[in-house]
Amino acid sequence: MGYPDDLKYSDEHEWVRVEGSIGTIGVTAYAAEQIGDIVFVELPGVGDTISATESFGVIESVKAVSELFAPVSGTVTEINEDLADSPEMVAADPHGDGWLIKVEMTDPSDLRSLKDSGDYELMVDDL
Amino acid sequence: MLTTPLDARHRALGARMIPFAGWEMPVQYAGLVEEHVAVRSVAGLFDLSHMGELLVSGAGAAGALDYALVSAPSRLKEGRAHYSMICAPDGSVIDDLIVYRTGETAFMVVANASNREAVVAALVERLAGHDANLRDASMETALVAIQGPESAVMLARHTDADLATLKYYAIITGTVAGIEVQIARTGYTGEDGFELYVPWEQAGALWDALLTAEAGNGLVPAGLGARDTLRLEAGMPLYGQELDRETTPFEAGLGRVVKFDKPGDFVGRVALEAVRESPSKQLVGLRITGRGIARTGYPVYLPAAEAAVGIVTSGTSSPTLGEPIAMAYLPVAVAEIGAVLEVGIRKARAAAVVVSLPFYRRQT
Repeated sequence: MGYPDDLKYSDEHEWVRVEGSIGTIGVTAYAAEQIGDIVFVELPGVGDTISATESFGVIESVKAVSELFAPVSGTVTEINEDLADSPEMVAADPHGDGWLIKVEMTDPSDLRSLKDSGDYELMVDDL
Repeated sequence: MLTTPLDARHRALGARMIPFAGWEMPVQYAGLVEEHVAVRSVAGLFDLSHMGELLVSGAGAAGALDYALVSAPSRLKEGRAHYSMICAPDGSVIDDLIVYRTGETAFMVVANASNREAVVAALVERLAGHDANLRDASMETALVAIQGPESAVMLARHTDADLATLKYYAIITGTVAGIEVQIARTGYTGEDGFELYVPWEQAGALWDALLTAEAGNGLVPAGLGARDTLRLEAGMPLYGQELDRETTPFEAGLGRVVKFDKPGDFVGRVALEAVRESPSKQLVGLRITGRGIARTGYPVYLPAAEAAVGIVTSGTSSPTLGEPIAMAYLPVAVAEIGAVLEVGIRKARAAAVVVSLPFYRRQT
């Protein structure tokens, strides 16, 4: 599986795509594969704040509940409404249409603790 | 950590292995939902070698088991089986069991892996004074199950046994792929199916023969994940979730298993007679009509009420029904079909309605 170069990756297997001050957040292909059979996604509401490394929602398979950990801090500006009816989209296109939320980032220094695609790929290869 | 004789095969098939009751077991291969659907529509092959096989034999075996268990194994005909439980003197459940009568004076008691030692200890104590011997054959007896609507057709191609006359909850000796096994028409999936008790060292050959020959017909290896969702849809209890030392058979809706009319005393009789008409809680099925999936341990509330009245024991998104289902314990007074409740799911509450069990029943 490929990890796009324009994303930054967290050790908790979330990614962020930065466009200006807006960060789009999702889970990595590795995480989606590990979770398997995704049937439910619970996300914060627009206007909620999220904090880097802290839980901002859950993603559920038939078998289990997994927490989502924010790669960056910010205020939620948009959520992927399509996931309510089509949670399987997270696994089908984890780095694209399966995105979770967009945030107005509040601390650009959050990005410094994230990995680029090459380092992230090396990390998951060892898991 | 213990491993089954099929461990290397699971790994070669790409299974995800998890610790379960002291064993390393496959939780899924290709994917839980895919395996679940295969068992509902075609057939799946399970490794259940972690289960405990306890052999009770002797002239007094039937009477000893009538005393030790809440059911009446003495009433079983040879070659038949029933679902049973072993209870503590306080009426709580030590384990749920399948009891097979394999001979006039021979029984096989199949226990959950997690409770094998507790069941052995209780049986040793309860068999004392009876003309009955207990042998724990768990580590020499592997168990391979083939479950699903096509399982009988598939298995028939590999056995000399007459499956057409093998009734539900019956057991016979026969050969499968040339290997002598005990073939039981039992399972934990809500589908037709067979459980094959096979000597440890021949389990690999049995597994390979069935999977190699029948994979092209749709047989897939299935893990503990699918086993759990299949049994939940079928409304079957899982020890540690619906059954435990805080729960009697009556609360679990399994009072029919307790045979008060059998002669003589049995362990738990007094306590169970006392709770028979007044169980303190009742197991129910829930459909979650609100948003979210109820999971083990989530609280259940009356609508808008502050204090929880019940607790979810098992819950998932049902692959067959395509909606969230759960089992929960509720006070008897509110455990009525159609009752509207709420399940606490993290910080929110989701509406739920009490429904009859099972959630899924196969067409026969």
